[in-house]
Amino acid sequence: MSRLFLARNPRVAARVLDGEMMIMSGKDSTLFTLNKTATILWQSADGTTPLDEIVEKRICAEFEVGSDEALKDAETLARELAGHEILQISEQPIQQVAKIVETR
Amino acid sequence: MIGLLEEMTEKALKRNIPLSVQLDLTYRCNERCVHCYLDHNDHGEMTTAEIKHLLKDMAEAGVFILTLSGGEIFLRKDFFEILEYARRELFFCVKLKTNAILIKEQEAARIRDIGVESIQISIYSHRPEIHDAITLVPGSLKRSIDAVRFLKSQGLRVILANVLMVQNAQDYRGVRALADELGVECTLDPTITPMMDGDRGVLSLNVDRGSLKDVFRDKGLVGDVDEFCAIAAPADESVLSSLPCSAGHTTCYVSPYGDVFPCVQFPLPTGNVRKERFIDIWRYSDRMNDVRSIRLKDLTTCTSCTHVSACTRCPGLAYMEGNMRGPSSLDCEKSFAKTGIESANMLAKKQARLNLVQIQGMPAASIAIA
Repeated sequence: MSRLFLARNPRVAARVLDGEMMIMSGKDSTLFTLNKTATILWQSADGTTPLDEIVEKRICAEFEVGSDEALKDAETLARELAGHEILQISEQPIQQVAKIVETR
Repeated sequence: MIGLLEEMTEKALKRNIPLSVQLDLTYRCNERCVHCYLDHNDHGEMTTAEIKHLLKDMAEAGVFILTLSGGEIFLRKDFFEILEYARRELFFCVKLKTNAILIKEQEAARIRDIGVESIQISIYSHRPEIHDAITLVPGSLKRSIDAVRFLKSQGLRVILANVLMVQNAQDYRGVRALADELGVECTLDPTITPMMDGDRGVLSLNVDRGSLKDVFRDKGLVGDVDEFCAIAAPADESVLSSLPCSAGHTTCYVSPYGDVFPCVQFPLPTGNVRKERFIDIWRYSDRMNDVRSIRLKDLTTCTSCTHVSACTRCPGLAYMEGNMRGPSSLDCEKSFAKTGIESANMLAKKQARLNLVQIQGMPAASIAIA
């Protein structure tokens, strides 16, 4: 089975506000708020860590869910975020990318 | 989008987060606009490293919308380095304000690659002889319009910013038609503001009451004229408890020298990022907190004014007039132009003039007896 790699789309604007990730699309300035799982995907999307590893280390641990089910849901969510041009997804590692600055 | 942005602003207000900041990268400029409020000499701009440090501090403070302005931003040789850092490292939503005369195809493509929310370009008239006479740079209208086309061809969002003054009072429809032709948005600002140093000489360039009245009754600009020019409903307790504007609450302004102000139009110094951290100035400056404490019910004169619940009163202009809790005469003029009803401030000034006439009219003998 091929592995998926995620990278943050450098064209979006993003900021954590009051614990919630706000994303503005670079395509049409639409504003999104990400839920906890989507926020984890965004923050972990460094272009080199495969999705299954993100799910195993960050999502399963946080939500106490089985890895197969979590991976399936995460992949669906990642594709949805890619559809909004918030994330880039690829079966190869993606060169990028900036660090995330956390609000104090 | 608007709903989420409002929600975001509400959260920022509750958590005391500076959601939106205008940072002027330089006051130097390649135009010499007759109405400009800035001193264009360089008195020690922040270095590239200082600006990057500030941007990181701002991101950590929660700033999301970053407006880069000036002066002319493209005069900074490190402009693209700063822009790239703001976007690629810190993920700001960046808006640019520029006269655009230095933007050619290459710059437009680079801006597209980096990604910005919008580029606002100052256009004063559709007629070169008027626009260029305001900027004092021959050929500037053509260069700015060429830049609009370069940016537009890259798919970027461009907004023409038209400031209204005596010289171009008749041209705003022409600028709007130009915007339509170019396929871009257009805004109109009918207020010339005093210089940052308090010099009020440029205020003579403000359009007269008749022109202002015409603008506010232009259906193409304001939509429903009756609604736009309606007399305000009486202010209830919730209106009187509301905030005068977002300055110091969710927005602020930083000068090229690192001075932090509540707004670009509110030159009350609250601290300098070369001496203190941005977030500490935002949170703990006594002056910033003083601005933050003001509610409509605290205003002198305005609280009793007919227009209080609908007035566009700018606290910064009021400050430049002498009292940030006082009226802003320029906004009184706007309320008057809309409704034909004088503001409490206008009536008070009229009364003061009458009193002055009485005193001057007194014979010397009467004064001696009194």
